[in-house]
Amino acid sequence: MTIKTDALPITVSHVTKTYGSVYALNDVSIDVRQGEFLTLLGPSGSGKTTLLMVLAGFTRPNQGSLLFGDEEVIRKPPHLRNLGMVFQNYALFPHMTVSGNVGYPLRLKKTPKNEIEDRVAKALQLVQLDGLGDRQIDQLSGGQKQRVALARSIVFEPRILLMDEPLSALDKKLRDQMQIELRRLHERLGMTTVYVTHDQREALTMSDRIAVLNNGKIMQLATPQNLYDFPQNKFVADFIGESTFLKVEKSGRSLIAGGVKLKTTQPVCNADKLALLIRPERIRILETKADNNMNVFDAVVSNLVYQGDSFLLYAVLSEGMEIAIRGTIQNDNFARLPKPGENVRLGLEASDTLVIPDE
Amino acid sequence: MSNIISNLDKNSTADGLNGKGLRQDEWLERLKLFGLCSPALILILVILVIPVGWLFFVSFIGADGSFSLENYERMIASKSYARIFKTTFQVSILTTILCILIGYPLAYFISQLPSKIANLCLITVLLPFWTSLLVRTYAWLVLLQKKGLVNDWGISLGLWEDPIKFVHNLNGTLIGMVHIMLPFLILPTYGAMKAIDKDYLKAAANLGASPVRSFWTVFFPLTTPGLFAGSLMVFVLCLGFFVTPAVLGGGKVIMVSMKIVSNIELFVNWGAASALGVVLLLITIATLWIASRFLNLNNIAGGGH
Repeated sequence: MTIKTDALPITVSHVTKTYGSVYALNDVSIDVRQGEFLTLLGPSGSGKTTLLMVLAGFTRPNQGSLLFGDEEVIRKPPHLRNLGMVFQNYALFPHMTVSGNVGYPLRLKKTPKNEIEDRVAKALQLVQLDGLGDRQIDQLSGGQKQRVALARSIVFEPRILLMDEPLSALDKKLRDQMQIELRRLHERLGMTTVYVTHDQREALTMSDRIAVLNNGKIMQLATPQNLYDFPQNKFVADFIGESTFLKVEKSGRSLIAGGVKLKTTQPVCNADKLALLIRPERIRILETKADNNMNVFDAVVSNLVYQGDSFLLYAVLSEGMEIAIRGTIQNDNFARLPKPGENVRLGLEASDTLVIPDE
Repeated sequence: MSNIISNLDKNSTADGLNGKGLRQDEWLERLKLFGLCSPALILILVILVIPVGWLFFVSFIGADGSFSLENYERMIASKSYARIFKTTFQVSILTTILCILIGYPLAYFISQLPSKIANLCLITVLLPFWTSLLVRTYAWLVLLQKKGLVNDWGISLGLWEDPIKFVHNLNGTLIGMVHIMLPFLILPTYGAMKAIDKDYLKAAANLGASPVRSFWTVFFPLTTPGLFAGSLMVFVLCLGFFVTPAVLGGGKVIMVSMKIVSNIELFVNWGAASALGVVLLLITIATLWIASRFLNLNNIAGGGH
């Protein structure tokens, strides 16, 4: 990735924001690297939007520090922070044309007229809207509005770009396409980007790193792959991807879950209560004898669901816990899958056996 | 096989499957809906269309009872009529401007308040609506007269020495009319202001606009439809206003509506009064028509874009 030298790193330290007795942000600290695409991911009410609003200057925190590069900006009003922002509902000015909207920040800065025209045209080209400059905002489709909002937020070349669930109003197909496009645009422009979403797939697709928030706290900050493969706590494991948890009993030095003494190659943390995390696509149905590096669970099939490209099989362990198993459908394997009521043996590789704190 | 096809063809070329019946149903439904509207239509016919038609008719009846244009001719020929129309427009335009200057900042102020307090403020704006127009006008007379409360206080506080003539002139008329018209301006303007998405102002700030810039480049333009709608309503209502100028103008501010009254009460000339009524109606319609070329009149009901 090309990092533009004028992209600014962001340092958030000890930011707290309360509404009455509720903590919207609880002593949050986070470093966004220069030119990084960082996503704030969390359920609604987790504080991700509040944090973005603190960055933009629209929400005044109770305490904390915010550095853009080396400059403290926590008390700077929003119109002096010089960062681009894409709003959830785009917030395009309805009384201006597309060009009027995109040129607005340049007009505020008293840019010469012909330069404004040049840069607006370039920005519109960048988001593939060339020639639509004279359109009224209400003549645009949702996807086009999204692009105009994006063009407006980058036309004045801010060194930081904030995006507040910018794709949530688009239909799925367009959203998938825009994810890739936004990512490409980021690689091309290289500005430090903070992106808010509640959609984990979107976060995994686009981000360099993801910060998962819950109840105003950062639960984990990691690359998408680390977040998915090595969640540090039950909230992250539950929020990212599909998961089943089995309670883990400690017996001396060994760990027992679902009646099986667990083999794992992954480090086990020191917490009092532990849980085994099972991802539906990491556990599989054993047709032959298991190898030694596998944990094997005996179960009874309770349900089998056809989903086109894949199947989802639910099986109940002897202790009553239900696990989901996902597999791809190819050739005629769906017909050969065990039916509800049949016994099945499930295998989990030692390297996929993740024991996490159960809290 | 060919039989079936030809049957289908016949159906589709003539009426389609059940086409005739469905069309009949639609007609019946329309007829029924029209029937439901008819009481209202008859009411409008009786209380609006017929009287206005009668007004037009009477305006063409001369003093001797025959058909003539003399009522209109007099209006063009007589200077006093020109003065009356000039006064009417002057008072209406001044009232509208004053209402904008007072009402817009007030509406803006209320729109920025927390909703509970804002509702309270709106009630106080609306409160005068629930008091009789006549009572309010006479109340102003009591307050503003030569030895009224305002002059007493002004003099005893040393703000001015001799009593100021607030009533029985243009001042009094304007004070009274602005007071009565203000809610008509505030309500649609307030509606337009409340309809503005707060994110627009955030976006403006984010893009580098200071609060003052964002007000003039984003907030104000978005409220102009509501402001225009309110101003138009005030202006049109002013054109036909009677009570307030009659009481507070003290005979010095003569508007069209007052001339209509004097035509009937003093001169018992229904033709002349009707002709004035017709002209006033046409001016009002023309004003609304011109305004409708520039803005969407739906905005009168409140709401911005």
